[in-house]
Amino acid sequence: MSKLALKVTAVEELTPLVKRFRFEDPTGAPLPVFSGGAHITVEMPDGDTIRRNSYSLISDPYDPSGYEIAVRREDTGRGGSRHMHTAVAEGDTITVSVPANLFQLDLRARKHVLIGGGIGITPFLSQLRQLDRAQQPYELHYAARSRAEAAGIALLPQAAHIHVHISEEGNRMDLGAILDGHPLGTHVYTCGPEGLIAAVADQAARLGWPTSAVHSEAFTAPPPGEPFEVTIASTGQTVAVKADQSLLEALEQAGVEIDYSCRGGACGRCETAVTACDGQIEHNDHWLSADERAAQTKIMPCMSRFTGTRLELDL
Amino acid sequence: MTMQFNDETFRGDYTYRNSPEAIRRFPFPFDRDSYAYSVNIEQHPGGPKGSPFEHMFDVDEHYVAEMRDREITLAEDPLRCQSLPHMELAGWDLLELIMVSKARDYPDLFSLTRAGNDWHWINRPMGIDKRFIFLDAATLPYGPMEYITRQTQGDFALLHERDGNLWMDAGMVTSQADWSLDFDVGMNFFEWHAPVPKARQMGVFDKALKFLLAVGQGQHYRRLNWTMTVNPRLDTSPENYHKWGPEKRTITPENVGHKQFLRVELQTFFRLPRSHALAFPIRCYLASLDDLVTQPKWARRLHRVLRDIDPDLADYKGFAVNRDVIVNHLSQFDDGAPTSPGIFPED
Repeated sequence: MSKLALKVTAVEELTPLVKRFRFEDPTGAPLPVFSGGAHITVEMPDGDTIRRNSYSLISDPYDPSGYEIAVRREDTGRGGSRHMHTAVAEGDTITVSVPANLFQLDLRARKHVLIGGGIGITPFLSQLRQLDRAQQPYELHYAARSRAEAAGIALLPQAAHIHVHISEEGNRMDLGAILDGHPLGTHVYTCGPEGLIAAVADQAARLGWPTSAVHSEAFTAPPPGEPFEVTIASTGQTVAVKADQSLLEALEQAGVEIDYSCRGGACGRCETAVTACDGQIEHNDHWLSADERAAQTKIMPCMSRFTGTRLELDL
Repeated sequence: MTMQFNDETFRGDYTYRNSPEAIRRFPFPFDRDSYAYSVNIEQHPGGPKGSPFEHMFDVDEHYVAEMRDREITLAEDPLRCQSLPHMELAGWDLLELIMVSKARDYPDLFSLTRAGNDWHWINRPMGIDKRFIFLDAATLPYGPMEYITRQTQGDFALLHERDGNLWMDAGMVTSQADWSLDFDVGMNFFEWHAPVPKARQMGVFDKALKFLLAVGQGQHYRRLNWTMTVNPRLDTSPENYHKWGPEKRTITPENVGHKQFLRVELQTFFRLPRSHALAFPIRCYLASLDDLVTQPKWARRLHRVLRDIDPDLADYKGFAVNRDVIVNHLSQFDDGAPTSPGIFPED
């Protein structure tokens, strides 16, 4: 995967939990432009290991002068966002991947309805700039619990088609009203908690939206869990996966060659065949089908974990 | 300008010819003495200096004549170039990729000066000097894809990604091996590949699609494909089959050496940044059997490949009717000696 060594040129606290980071080329060279909804993978050295987290780009996709991301601090996570909040400062050098996109706009749409919950607002910030540029009609709905937590407010333009729903103020998002009455050819995109994505899909189905017009950003950070061990079939090597580590991170730390891209269970790049499984794979990805999950012959190391006595991987 | 461009035709009197240098750099597609389907993908660009793999977009002695031939084909049939409305952004991405690459790789032939979105493009071989505004289609005489592909050798398909598939939603196709953009436009990856024998059952396309969907920005790949064509004709389209199909029947043992051409496609893949579309350029190279047998390794290998190929493939690749004549002709150049691995000629 192509990587870029960039300089941190701005760090801004948007809310007590969310910081905005800006990265630029140290020589001022233009960065690759990208498409709305794209993300980058950020490398964070942490002791003897490198953590890699993917974050949506929130800056103008056509502006090559810098990349911006917004990071919400998750104190119960694996430590990546905590590292960004506590250890990354202006002037630091940071390694990121070139942009990739698993949540692109369908440019055929007559109209776009964007629904973001909490930190799930981030991919829409680049998309709405692309839509503005293309002069395509859209409306954006942003839901947050309280104004203090709503980092998106500082990042969103004020316009009639940008709607902010603060549940604490009794202004909860009414999905039935939002999804009703759009012209044929409208597409809806959701990013946020699983519950929001499911609620939009459910409401859209009730209102007769075609499933091909309903999109969601599936990838999330890998969940921590109980420690476990895997065996590498080609070498017999045993790799221990710690509680706050993903299987992919443990394999990388052990020097096992493995491909990846999104690190969030959505792109399929790290799919690995399972050659022996005595126990239960906890499939946390959005890539494998229900049949593939049940068969327990494939695993997505970026997201999924294992409980049992033996898991052997075709690596 | 250092490069000399041939004055030649790809129809009518067929004056197309390869110089000895063009033969030596011909992208011979067989790396062993037999042929079977494979995904055979490698990174692009990258290859020996002077080879067609050295640069992102190869420019050779046939450039100006090929562009003239494209102009004739488009004048007769404008539907060879189509772009569905949502693909204009991908057209701009492609225009940028080609202009930036060509100006960097061939500075004596092309130049691009950019001040924000005010662009100045000079194409010396074609005598073009154009100022325009990037992303403003009103400042070009054609849409962005058509504008740049009227100045770039090879066919182009622009593939839109959605629903876990790729859709051929735009293209410029005038030098194709018997397929039609007008027929395929709007189809998905499996639909437009449906005529290929046996490959679907072999799972080739599932693997290929998965690979293509994962191609990221800045990662470029290529593969070679091949077929056989009688006479050096670029436009072997279904639309014009009545013009070139009967020419297959003109092959004799006496003329096969100079009338039978190996047609090689250098296919490349690029993820486009703003549109997230995939660009799929298909560059066509033609060499006669007479050209190819000047390289003893190629002569031996081509004989063995065509002699032993699956009859269904010979049929699909359009030379079943002339296979015996071709193989008999090539057999005189095959002394049974072993051939070295790889596609490049032996020194």
